[in-house]
Amino acid sequence: MSVFERLNWFRIICWLILAVILIVTVTPLWVMLKTALMPSSEVFHHSTAWWPTNPTLINFERVLGLLSTEESLKAGGSGAKVNFSLAMLNSVIFTGIIVVMQTMSAAAAAYAFARLRFPGNTLIFGLFVASMMIPGVVTFIPNFILIRDLGWLNTTMGMVAPFCLMQGFSVFFLRQFFLALPKELEEAAYIEGASHFYIFYRIAIPLSITPLITIATLIGINMWNEFLWPYLVAKDESHQVLTVALQGFKSQTPQGQPDWTGLMAATAISVLPTIGLLVVFGRNVVESIQFSGSK
Amino acid sequence: MKTLSAVSFLWQPFSRERRTETFTGYALILPALIGFSLFYAIPLIRAFELSFTDWNMLRAPRFIGLDNYIQMWNDGRFWNGMKFSFYYVLLNIPLQTALGLFLAVAMDRLTRSIIVRSVILLPYLLSNVLVALIWLWMLDPILGIVNSVITSLGFDRQAFLGSPSQALATIAGINIWRHMGLVAILFLAGLQNIPRYLYEAAAIEGASEWQMFKHITLPLLRPVMVFVLVTSVTGSFQIFDTVAVTSAGGPYDSTNVIVHYIIQNAFSFYKMGYASAMSMALCLVMVLYTLIQMRLMRASESDLA
Repeated sequence: MSVFERLNWFRIICWLILAVILIVTVTPLWVMLKTALMPSSEVFHHSTAWWPTNPTLINFERVLGLLSTEESLKAGGSGAKVNFSLAMLNSVIFTGIIVVMQTMSAAAAAYAFARLRFPGNTLIFGLFVASMMIPGVVTFIPNFILIRDLGWLNTTMGMVAPFCLMQGFSVFFLRQFFLALPKELEEAAYIEGASHFYIFYRIAIPLSITPLITIATLIGINMWNEFLWPYLVAKDESHQVLTVALQGFKSQTPQGQPDWTGLMAATAISVLPTIGLLVVFGRNVVESIQFSGSK
Repeated sequence: MKTLSAVSFLWQPFSRERRTETFTGYALILPALIGFSLFYAIPLIRAFELSFTDWNMLRAPRFIGLDNYIQMWNDGRFWNGMKFSFYYVLLNIPLQTALGLFLAVAMDRLTRSIIVRSVILLPYLLSNVLVALIWLWMLDPILGIVNSVITSLGFDRQAFLGSPSQALATIAGINIWRHMGLVAILFLAGLQNIPRYLYEAAAIEGASEWQMFKHITLPLLRPVMVFVLVTSVTGSFQIFDTVAVTSAGGPYDSTNVIVHYIIQNAFSFYKMGYASAMSMALCLVMVLYTLIQMRLMRASESDLA
């Protein structure tokens, strides 16, 4: 009886703290949404209200470029135009190319390191792992110079180049799984006359779908959120990704105060894909991140 | 005799099978190897070279020997940048790890709900830039909702990002909000590998919740703990995005962490050589840290294994 009671109290307190943390997690998103729904004229008087006063969609229309400059100025905007639909498309292209290419090349390399004997195997893998230790900023400076010399500034090529072929973590992560595959399958196939390459893409790849999806998810999240590299390489509006476009929109402050309602509307639009991803693939996203930690 | 065996090593012992295996191996690693050489290995060597030059990207780089390193040694702002990065890690990591651990234990005991886990993870899925913008608005000294809550509770208005003494801690707080869910999810994965019978046995012996946590959970979580610490410390030592969006290094340089200072030198002052020298120094710090952590990691194999 007493054990039962003690456990219950423990659970109630834990639930309370958990509830507080959940509220703290969600509140900023609510504040963002309710600000986005407020007319900008009200922001000075009702900025701290928990509920939007006179809710309107005008901020969304404004940042999506659906209003003319005059209408937008009248609604309290800076008149500055940031093309968020274009930035969204750029983010999708940037992330998509890197997810596909990096997953493929990392899978190929990881399989070779785990399963094939060739001179230099351990040495090259060791170098790949060591590259994880190098802080991004060290390689970004020479990489920027390289991309500039190639004339790739403000091009998709220049944006994806450093990430699309390799990332130490992806190779390291996938190698762990290929190491754990049962050897008998390969040997049987090899005796039947299958080539190593055939074994890789007809046996090893289909058996590793889960880790492949995991690493693709992780690469996708990181690249969708990447800021510094696209910021350095593609400031031009035609190739700006969402993170860069938002930072740019924030800096356009004619009266010293940022255009908060417009900024929060733009932020809300940018959050949508992430929330959509979580609603549709919630379990997969959570599990793939758990998966990456347990290895 | 010796020469002969060297020659035969190069030519002989590879059977046809071994040769095709070698060929396939190289073919499979080729794309990754190209990426590694072009964007990691060669740039690292280039950065090292550049660190001995004076270069503003307009005229040709000029070799100046160790001048950049000497300048760095005497540059108070460089040392401040390093110091702020260390402070930031110290502000960020302990609280983030503790909160993540608490959340993981709570979720492990209380709920298997995927909705709770998704909500906890949500901030991590938003970019640094988005998170920084949302908090910049919430922490606005005049219009922000945080100050209105603080004043309604009877406390004084806080400047947060506008105050040299609070700005760095505020940025740390913002990133704790973004990362604690991720840390919790990683710990949760580790918790699920701990066999339940250990807790059942401990409960029969009459152990308290705290004793179980201290003597079962914590020791068996050590490998995940090391993984979380290595990744989160290296990550937060390289903080840049949040600073760039919220404070741009200010007020009065109080948040000019090392990566921000390096980027500022490279892309605002066009001192490519000097920025490269500082990036080499940062690289040295990170490599040393990682090596120490790897030693600890080897010493921290799970007690279960």
